[in-house]
Amino acid sequence: MKCEELLAMLNEYVDGTVDPAICEEFERHMAGCNPCQVVVDNIRQTITLYRDGRPHALPMQFREKMHADLRKKWKEKFPAQ
Amino acid sequence: MSTPFSPEPPDAELVRRAKAGELDAFEALTNRYEQRVYGLAMRMLRQAQDAEDVTQQTFLSVLENLEGFRGDSSFSTWVLRIASHAALKIIRKRKGLPTVSLEEATEPSDNINSIPHPEFIADWRQSPAHLVEQHEVRRLLDDALARLDEKYRLVFLLRDAEGLSVKETAEALELSEGNVKIRLLRARLQLREDLTRALGDPARQLVRSPHHHQ
Ligand SMILES: [Zn+2]
Repeated sequence: MKCEELLAMLNEYVDGTVDPAICEEFERHMAGCNPCQVVVDNIRQTITLYRDGRPHALPMQFREKMHADLRKKWKEKFPAQ
Repeated sequence: MSTPFSPEPPDAELVRRAKAGELDAFEALTNRYEQRVYGLAMRMLRQAQDAEDVTQQTFLSVLENLEGFRGDSSFSTWVLRIASHAALKIIRKRKGLPTVSLEEATEPSDNINSIPHPEFIADWRQSPAHLVEQHEVRRLLDDALARLDEKYRLVFLLRDAEGLSVKETAEALELSEGNVKIRLLRARLQLREDLTRALGDPARQLVRSPHHHQ
């Protein structure tokens, strides 16, 4: 496997959906190619940062207003309730 | 989220009850997804007023279209799809482009040959667990996202930040799974490049040997 081929299969490897034979080849390449190993580590860390990063908190004042608007709309839609 | 004494009802049950006119069920669904929708919109748009508009539009649309929701996709995918569409609309408007359908805005255009190669390769100085605790890191993450074309940004946010599967991301954006995968690869590589330039240890930068082919 060449670096380019590894790059093309990076998603499947990182997501754990690559087939076992290719996975083994992938790992053999990384064992002998430090840059590819580090790129894979970096990608995993990038995903973790975005997944676990602090979210932008929903402003409470806006939230209350939105809920009030939604309740009003709801009552127009279901006047019987 | 749930306790043994009051298990949270699954989305599908709340949807059924909301369709039957139960306001509490609709509010429970809104409570469950409003933070995710707002967070996604902020990461797409970086502007609180626009993110609030997207959030409000999304849940109004959920209210109005709930009876048409058949449960072919999960409720979460459906909500994020509506939010994505609303965010893209604002981006188009900002750019002065006519509003187009989501399908057109996400037309297939990439192939594997155009994938850029990693350039700055280095171990990071700190672990992600350490980094997420730091306030300035959110700014760094948002800056890197802003440099990413929105069609890649949206795929990355839905798949990697929101945790949808490739299939669900494809459903949400009405793209083929192949297209989602290639955009995701592009997004991941560009974000990696950007973040590594900021977070990588220059002392440990690796340079590929020019004839490295094994
Ligand atoms: Zn390599």
